[in-house]
Amino acid sequence: MDALLLARIQFAFTVGFHFLFPAMTLGVALIILISETLHLATKDDVYRRITDLLARLLGLIFVIGAATGIVMEFSFGTNWSGYSRTVGDIFGPLLAAEGVIAFFLESVFVGVLIFGRKKASPGVYWASALLVFIGGHLSAFWILVANSWMQTPAGYEITSTGKIVLTDFGAAVFNPSTVARFLHTVLATWVTGAVLVCGIAGYYVRKGLHGETARMMLKIGIILFAVTPLLQLGAAHGHAIQVIDFQPMKAAAMEGHFTTARGADVYVAGYVDEKNEKTYGISIPKGLSFLYNFDFNSEIKGLREVPKEDWPPVNLVFQAYHIMVTLGMIFIGLGLLGALLLWTGKLYTAKWYLWLLPFLIPLPHLAHETGWITAEAGRQPWIIQGLMRTARASSVVVSKGELAASLTMFALVYLLLLVMFVMLFIRIVKQGPEAS
Amino acid sequence: MENIQNFQILWFVLIFVLLLGYTLLDGFDLGLAALLPFLGKTKEEKDTLIASIGPVWDGNEVWLITGGGALFAAFPHAYATAFSGFYLAMMLVLLALIFRAVSMEFRANDPVRSGLWEKALVVGSALAALLFGVALGNIIYGVPLDDKMEYAGGFFSLLRPVPLLFGLTGLAAVLLQGASWAVLKTEGSLQDRSFQAVRALTAVNAVLAAVYFTVLFVVVLRISGNPFFYAAVLLTLAGLLTLFLAPGKKHETGPIRGSSLSLTGLFLAAGAAQFPNLITASNDPGLSLTIYNSSTGIYTLQVMAVIALAGMPVVIGYTIFVYRLFRGKAKADDHY
Repeated sequence: MDALLLARIQFAFTVGFHFLFPAMTLGVALIILISETLHLATKDDVYRRITDLLARLLGLIFVIGAATGIVMEFSFGTNWSGYSRTVGDIFGPLLAAEGVIAFFLESVFVGVLIFGRKKASPGVYWASALLVFIGGHLSAFWILVANSWMQTPAGYEITSTGKIVLTDFGAAVFNPSTVARFLHTVLATWVTGAVLVCGIAGYYVRKGLHGETARMMLKIGIILFAVTPLLQLGAAHGHAIQVIDFQPMKAAAMEGHFTTARGADVYVAGYVDEKNEKTYGISIPKGLSFLYNFDFNSEIKGLREVPKEDWPPVNLVFQAYHIMVTLGMIFIGLGLLGALLLWTGKLYTAKWYLWLLPFLIPLPHLAHETGWITAEAGRQPWIIQGLMRTARASSVVVSKGELAASLTMFALVYLLLLVMFVMLFIRIVKQGPEAS
Repeated sequence: MENIQNFQILWFVLIFVLLLGYTLLDGFDLGLAALLPFLGKTKEEKDTLIASIGPVWDGNEVWLITGGGALFAAFPHAYATAFSGFYLAMMLVLLALIFRAVSMEFRANDPVRSGLWEKALVVGSALAALLFGVALGNIIYGVPLDDKMEYAGGFFSLLRPVPLLFGLTGLAAVLLQGASWAVLKTEGSLQDRSFQAVRALTAVNAVLAAVYFTVLFVVVLRISGNPFFYAAVLLTLAGLLTLFLAPGKKHETGPIRGSSLSLTGLFLAAGAAQFPNLITASNDPGLSLTIYNSSTGIYTLQVMAVIALAGMPVVIGYTIFVYRLFRGKAKADDHY
């Protein structure tokens, strides 16, 4: 195994792990904002108890997200110094802006949310919930801008020495994939929050615990669980069209299309034989062309448009993408089912549905991870699409041995963090909304 | 050309300010946590101490994250060279920062292993404080660099006497900052013990500061003509003087003011010694990374200056608001 591969494994592992936590942070921050707004408006203690429970969970989630987030910020210097030297002009400002504009706001007011119930007035406490929500989403915005710029770079110029220089900050920030990616990712975090709350509240209601608080929590959760996956369907569709327009090779890998064709199929599930350049599976004829612009005969580019060395790992991207889409469909179905149960008044007694809900908690994370693999593996072999290859981006002074040591360290430490997180999460849930 | 130089200097100053903010604010978190077993004798006392930093430490750490982002944005070569060159040391820093962060939360929610998490908190905090000083010492004292701006030494060449002195000086200053915060936020016997710690650490700091300034003066030749260096010495002197006078019980805000002044002086001296270098090359001064050969383009520096100068006053404003919200003595049951 060479150093580059180890560095890539380390980045994939550390960022994939980190991503679990901000995804939950944003989703939980949304629900805290809802319950705290209702608390401020009605003065009903039911909502206060929901906020208090979620704020304690947020404390656990946020701290692991912050601790593993520093690793990411450092990693561009420690492991990807070639990349940092080349794109410092553009990528650096985005990370710095994230700090100044977003992460300060989120971190300072998270402290109020977790510790300030007795110290802050109801208005200030509510404002803190709002500012954590805004700060978290702004933070996601800037990080996703940085990621989007690697996918669809804009607002730059390449100098005679090969350095990439910023020429238009606005164009770099609002590059072609920023808005679509932001909407898609944020909605995914909202689904994550909805499912998380449904899981907790579903467990309480099935066990007959925490009465009205649990039922109200479940109600809020189910409404969000019904609405957010549907909104996501729209956002995901928009993002897919944007990928076909701006990263056609990634789109081709997502659907396993090798030849450019009018009337391209869309696969429900399948397998890509990369060696023989064939894709097998269940497909809807001309489906992809239709989804692209409602024309069954629109043209979709195939992978053979570019040399094979510029192809992403096709089957990996295909499978990751299809797992994500399948999960999205499951969420839509189960969310609507929950809404139907709520509407017909059967939700709180539908034992099987309540039993199912806690088991759904990991699934949005699986969707996040597979969606992220689609986006990032689909960009390969480029670290910046069309501009810079991943192979040229790693740190030249970091040896294989050093990488083996750091990768081992992260594997062990993150395993410990995950075990602790799951254990303490369950513990806090079992203590219930009245514990504080 | 002169135009871009102004922005390069501005960014040296802004990054200095961000890292000074980090040193002062996270300094008391790290220092207090590192002193936990010495200041707190019972679980309740330790809970009180941790409750005094609980609501603010994560905001404080963002000063480091923003400082790192600013270094990346303004001087990517310095960021790339130091972070990749000091690879294993950086991994140790990350390990320390991870454990000091999660262990507070784990300690509160995992009573069975709370002793273990407490140790992780103490060691993580002390190690982070020590390593930051060692890193600063290395980039000022100088490390071998090649003509492609890459670090040309190994892990153990970072552990020389002068950088280690920086590390110890920094650690002592941060411990003092932590003890001073404890004085401000506690009462009774816990506060008495914190006053004692301030007294002892003030003496240690005075000795280390004297050695530190002398070594800087000898090692960094150009410093003798720099007025900021002398201002820094005076700041630290004034801070130490305040600290010597404060431990009468009526001056519970004295230690944190004195300690912050002293720490600012130490940090200012480092900045003055380093300017305009970012990473000094020990093998050949011509290979040093400076603010002039490591920066991004003028447009990036300008855009970032607008964001920083507009954004940071707002950040400082709401940070003060939240500190005021949590003012007064910490209570054990404020804790998580």
